[in-house]
Amino acid sequence: MPEPLPADVIRHVARLARLRLDPADVERYRADLSAVLDFVSRLEEIDVGGVEPYAHPLDLSNRFGEDIPEASMPIEDLLRNAPRVEDRFISVPKVLAEEGSA
Amino acid sequence: MTGHRSLDGAHPSASDIAATVRRAGGAMDVVRRHLARIDAGNAAINALREVYAEAALRRAEAVDAQVARGEDPGPLAGVPVAIKDNIASRLGTTACGSRMLAGYASPFDATVVERMEAAGAIIIGRTNCDEFAMGSSTEHCAFGPVRNPHDHDRVPGGSSGGSAAAVAAGFVPVALGSDTGGSIRQPAALCGVVGLKPSYGRVSRYGLVAFGSSLDQIGPFTRTVADAALVLGVIAGEDPRDSTCAQVPVPDCGAAPADPVRGLRLGVPKAYLRPDNHPDVAGSLMRAIDRFQAHGATIVPVDLDLVDAGIATYYVIAPAEASSNLARFDGIRYGHRATVPAGSPLDDLYAATRSEGFGREVQRRIMLGTYVLSAGYYDAFYRRALRVRRRIREEFDRAFVTCDAIIGPTTPTPAFRLGEKNDPVSMYLCDVYTVNTNIAGICGMSVPMGFAREGSARLPIGLHIQCPAFAEDTLLRVGRAWEALHDPAAPAVAGAEAAR
Repeated sequence: MPEPLPADVIRHVARLARLRLDPADVERYRADLSAVLDFVSRLEEIDVGGVEPYAHPLDLSNRFGEDIPEASMPIEDLLRNAPRVEDRFISVPKVLAEEGSA
Repeated sequence: MTGHRSLDGAHPSASDIAATVRRAGGAMDVVRRHLARIDAGNAAINALREVYAEAALRRAEAVDAQVARGEDPGPLAGVPVAIKDNIASRLGTTACGSRMLAGYASPFDATVVERMEAAGAIIIGRTNCDEFAMGSSTEHCAFGPVRNPHDHDRVPGGSSGGSAAAVAAGFVPVALGSDTGGSIRQPAALCGVVGLKPSYGRVSRYGLVAFGSSLDQIGPFTRTVADAALVLGVIAGEDPRDSTCAQVPVPDCGAAPADPVRGLRLGVPKAYLRPDNHPDVAGSLMRAIDRFQAHGATIVPVDLDLVDAGIATYYVIAPAEASSNLARFDGIRYGHRATVPAGSPLDDLYAATRSEGFGREVQRRIMLGTYVLSAGYYDAFYRRALRVRRRIREEFDRAFVTCDAIIGPTTPTPAFRLGEKNDPVSMYLCDVYTVNTNIAGICGMSVPMGFAREGSARLPIGLHIQCPAFAEDTLLRVGRAWEALHDPAAPAVAGAEAAR
């Protein structure tokens, strides 16, 4: 078995990914991610000298649409899936701290 | 497989249904019959999560009315279709097999849904899949695992396991799935049906919930190659709503050459003849090669030395793209929102929502993807994987200079038992023969190759055909050729043999 990733690395990655981990999760990810990373480390054996990265199978170029106004989706349709709605707005927790605090 | 020339047969093909309905109507009857089969069989295998009986009957009525007025409802007239749970439709809910999206009612239809309906098809239900299409067994589904119609103790493969099972069980003649690393072809093989992954850019991804955006494609499950061609002809082609949908003309997928085998150059890579292939997989492949050769195909040895590097490349690129795509699920605009104490910072809401909403495999891949994209690891993992990706594409390009198609097994083994593969890496290895198709952006298809014996079980296996990007016409030609050569001792529908 590969050396498990340090717990603080797992916690850092979870913070970046906005996932909440309990201590048992951290231990599980140390083992799981290490096993997968160990498996993918075989890529180091492949010679990629001078090879350009290939991010996408198509040669993409910009595609421009005609600038013609169209009806957009009705707001009601979009709000139907929002977890919390007030009037015609999506309700969210307070984002900014109150003046004078924090 | 053969002989379904009328709708009186137990399991008519989509081509036969459409031909009959266009001529004489009867879509209501077709839909009723399929609904009855779903009613009788779905509880045992959990292939469909939602069934749209009323809407389907209404649509069928409209199709029949069109025929009565002398109008042509289209090439899929009256054909019942099931769609994978990650394909958006205004009908029902698009949940992606996830608690995160349970109850999500899409305000729009995916392009493929629009095109199928415009061609006269009738969306009859929605199939279970691995959560956000991540998995090879359809065990990682928030709405319960799907079972293989050939053996209920075994998985149907995944991630489009419900779509494969629905076709194999005779619930529908056509289902749509999505394939990011094998998610159409592997379950098609394990359930004994045809599954086609189009070239990247062949089919619009508008309305497909994104997993790996440079890898994902939508494609059909059917019981015959002709049906796969029929459906591809309907869903393929550029779409102004998906800028990655290629502006490449769609070949006539319906044309079947008179002598499809003669003159074909079929590449067989040594790397596909792995010692860990099930003996019946290896044996069936050898017989397939012999049969192609006996009927005038030339077998060409080709080198694909990077087959084994495919899974490793995939498990950097796909999680990286997934971690980025799934960042949108934050509990704000749609989907699950966790309850957090009043006054909690927004970040706590995000984290609680995502940890409650995503299942274990999805969280694992988000973690993996976030890690390989994070500062300090990006070059070592992600950038390196992209460079290997180019080498894999170049290797295929070289191989296709000397051959028209590459053939091999779709999977090393037949369907495994539920719960059998517990560690992630052994599950990932199910896709060893299929992932490179997505990595290179080429097209591939699994067609039934026969059966493998496991104890008393007789389990379907698949022949995998790969062709260059946008050479679906060749892909279908090889598939038809195999169908003509292959003596289908295989029943078209699971259990049909026992019932005979």
